[in-house]
Formats: sequence, structure tokens, C-alpha cells
Amino acid sequence: MTVLVNGVEIGAWNGETVASVLLRAPGAGRGSTVSRTPRLPYCQMGVCFECLVTVDGNASMQGCLVPVAPGMRIESQHGPREISK
Amino acid sequence: MKYDVVVIGAGPAGMSAAIRLRKNGSSVVVIDEQPAPGGQIWRGVERNSGPMAEALGTDYREGAALVQAFRACGADYMPETQVWQIEEGWHLFLTSGGKARRIGARVVLLANGAQERPVPFPGWTLPGVMTVGAAQILLKSGGMLPQGDVWIAGAGPLPLLYATQLLGLEGRIAGFLDTSRKPGLAALTKLTGAWRDILGLLKGARWLRDLRKSGKMVRGFHDLRAGGDGRLQYLEWLSAGERRKVKADILLVHEGVVPRIHETMALGCAHEWNELQNYFTPQLDGWGETSKAGLFVAGDAGGIGGWLAATLSGEIAGLGITKHLDASFDAEGERHKAGLDKRLASARALRPFLDALYPPPMASIADEVIVCRCEEVTAAQIRSVAKVSAPDPNAVKAATRCGMGPCQGRQCGYTVQALVAEAHGIPPRDVSFFNIRPPLKPVTLGEIAALGDLEDVS
Repeated sequence: MTVLVNGVEIGAWNGETVASVLLRAPGAGRGSTVSRTPRLPYCQMGVCFECLVTVDGNASMQGCLVPVAPGMRIESQHGPREISK
Repeated sequence: MKYDVVVIGAGPAGMSAAIRLRKNGSSVVVIDEQPAPGGQIWRGVERNSGPMAEALGTDYREGAALVQAFRACGADYMPETQVWQIEEGWHLFLTSGGKARRIGARVVLLANGAQERPVPFPGWTLPGVMTVGAAQILLKSGGMLPQGDVWIAGAGPLPLLYATQLLGLEGRIAGFLDTSRKPGLAALTKLTGAWRDILGLLKGARWLRDLRKSGKMVRGFHDLRAGGDGRLQYLEWLSAGERRKVKADILLVHEGVVPRIHETMALGCAHEWNELQNYFTPQLDGWGETSKAGLFVAGDAGGIGGWLAATLSGEIAGLGITKHLDASFDAEGERHKAGLDKRLASARALRPFLDALYPPPMASIADEVIVCRCEEVTAAQIRSVAKVSAPDPNAVKAATRCGMGPCQGRQCGYTVQALVAEAHGIPPRDVSFFNIRPPLKPVTLGEIAALGDLEDVS
């Protein structure tokens, strides 16, 4: 299957999570909320929240708890979550 | 919907408890964050076969039978579901697929396991640095092997196991930075008990031997730093007074595991301090019941013991809960008949030795290190507040926002506690933990607003 990470198509396999895709999609890192420095998923088990990401329009999802689905739209978050999302 | 028992977590403890409770005739729902049962230890056990299952080892393959029995036990199962609030009585607030709901239960069993102990060091927030547990999860849930110059830094059974699994799958390790200290007398005095688990001991020795043979092993170093421009590019450490620097693409870190306590902390349960491993555990009676009647804990969430101990404590909690629901039930008799205490003692035999062999890191954290990953609060900021306030992590939280980000102190809690203790010259056990408040997981206003329609707590 393929998913869209920041508009770019990338291959993904059944059984993996959004956070696992983020690790290999170029430029998929999150910008930290205070200094906007790049971050990538750290724990993969739901306790670090470094994988917070917008999935199909829903912001601040824990990417490591969301299994990928064909055509899923994944967008990086930079800085704090916007109120409109 | 009201159940006799809500079990949180579908790992070894939660599944074993659910099976036992169903046998005893209770209505049970098992709620889990993951898409499939097995917990972190048996993640993907229903999917992995062939060389992958082979490389993951016998302990991993053991999980398949329990998962199968769980699937067949008749408990309702809610995967990909997060619990964000628990109220006494008992009411649980959940979110699943963007929809929130509330369910009721006569008893709650927390079997939500453990997390890796966060140990901040310079560069630990860089992309490219993650935990050994994270890498192992990636392996189990898609066969992902780390690429490039892969370094492992840490101590304990998990890094050794992961390294062995990785090498079994033709993965490569550039080096292993062993942070364990020389086994002290404390560890050796615990060895007598460990002999009861000879196989466990041999396994660890074999992992270590395989690792020494295959990769570069670095010992007796300090001041590890990860560096790079926007992502991990190199590691530095001090060894025999000399600064060493190596190229690195991935660094996997691990310093043991600690129970997940946010739920019991939020509910105000009594907790105990584990002096050997520096973590809190909820105070439990012989059946796993907390200081709150009707709230039980089983598995690693009640103290780290490994998967086998978790399955047994799950069964014991299952019996205790049945007795709680029906006073005429002969829980003691069933417990004795199944030989649960004997089996549990044997499953835990190696633990005191491991706890003494791998004490939590004691090195002081450098001032510039980010402790709170969410709010980006440094050790220096925490120290400066801790010095002039009461010895309470919540004072640090109020002054610095440390622990107020989305992880709610899951990453920085114990470090802040240690820094507060350091600033006041008192032992960590005399410093409390952050106050934990709901929601325990992020929830949207829309989800909360829609709750009314979904409620059915008769």
C-alpha cells in the first residue's frame, strides 16, 4: 500500500504504524513546540508523544498507535497544535 | 454498557486474567491501545512467522498460544482504544476511532505494563536517537531493521536480547556501549535465588557471548553525547581520560523498564518506592488489589517481573477479582490447586539478581540537557527552581511547565524527582511524583461534547 506523507507518496506495509513510516519518510520529522527543532518518534509505545502527527485531518494523533491504511494522509506538525485543527 | 470487569491492557497479564475471569463466568471487556493482542512483548505474534519468529526467540513464540486462547475466551475486546479517565465506581472514558464513550464496571484491572526508563543525556532528543524497545517494536511489527551505523547504549537484558535478534536477522551493529557497572556484592548475594532459573541465566550469558563475538563492545566509559546537525551524526564519550568520537546514524538506548503508574497515581492509590530500581509501584495485596477497593493491578504495572510472572499475576488477580465479585468463591483453593505461588516464585527467581546487577544510572545530569522533551526544560532550569522551592516536583512543574506537555511527565517524571532530591540533599524516595490529572491521553473537545449521546451506564 501507499500513504501520503506531507503530500508525497511513500510505500507502507500492513501491520506497521504511522510512527514507523515517519522514520523513513524524508523530512517527516515534527518541529518541537518551543524551539521548533526537529524530532522523530522515540519510544514507539505510546509514552513519549514525539510522534504527534496529523492523520487524515485529525491533529495530534499518536502516530505509534495508528496502524497505516491505504491512501492515509499524514502531515507533520511544526510547533504547537493549531486551534483550527 | 456495564461489565463485571474491565481489563486495561491485552498483554500477558491482561490476557491471562481475562481467560481466568471468563472461566469463572464474569462478563469481561479488554481494552488495549494496540491493534492486536499480545502487549509489547508479543507484539505482532499472530502475524510473524518463519525466519522472523525464529529470530525473535522462544519466549516470543510462547505468546501465540496465549493470544489464541484469549481470542477464544469470550471476552469483549476493544483494540486501538485509549483510556483517558477512570472514575471510582467504576466508570471509564475511552476514545476509539475518534469517538469517545463511557463504560461501567464493577471491577477494574490495570494490566498496562511498563515503559522504558527515560534517561536524559546530551543529544537524546535528536532524530536518530530512540530506545531499544522502540527498535524492537519496529522489528516485531514490520520487520524493520535499523540502517547505517547502528549503536546501542545501555544495560539490562533487553539490549542483549534485541542485539541477538538483530544479528540473527543479518542486521548489523557498529558497536555496543555497555553502561552496566561491575556486578557488586549486592548482585552476587542475590545469585542464590537466581540459580533456580538456570536457563534464564544461561540465556543472558549466551546473548552476551554472541554480542562480544559479533560487534564492538565498549565498556568503562562515561559522558556519552549524541550530536549532529538536525539529526544524529556522531557519538562522543570519555574513555580512560580520552575523548572518543564515532560516526553514528542510529543510537538505541535502554536503561531498564519502570511500571506505568499514571492511572494509579491519578486515582490517588497508595504507592511504594522500589529502592533497588528507583520506581514507584502501587501498593497491592496478595491478589493484586490496590488501596482502592475494586481496583486491581497485574503484571509489570505492579512491579517489573517479566512476561511469565505477568501471566501468573494475571491469573491470581483473576481469582481475587472473582472472589471480590462473589464472596463464596474459593479463590485460595483454586490458587493452591493451580500451584500459582510456586510458579510465580520460580518466574521471579532471577529478578532480584537482575535488579541488583543493573541498578538505575546514578550519573548526574549535565545542566544543558533537556529533561522535559515536550516543553524543552533543561536540568539547569529545574535545578534553579528546585533549590528555592519546597522539595516537590509540582513546584518545578508550576514554575517551568516541565511535565505539562502531552506526555504528562511520562518522560521527565523520575528525572525531575531525582533533580529535586539532589537539590535538597535528600533521597529520591522522600520526594513525591507529579500530580497526575485527567485526561490521561489527549482527547478533543469534540469527543467530550459527543459523550452524552453514547453514554449508557445503567
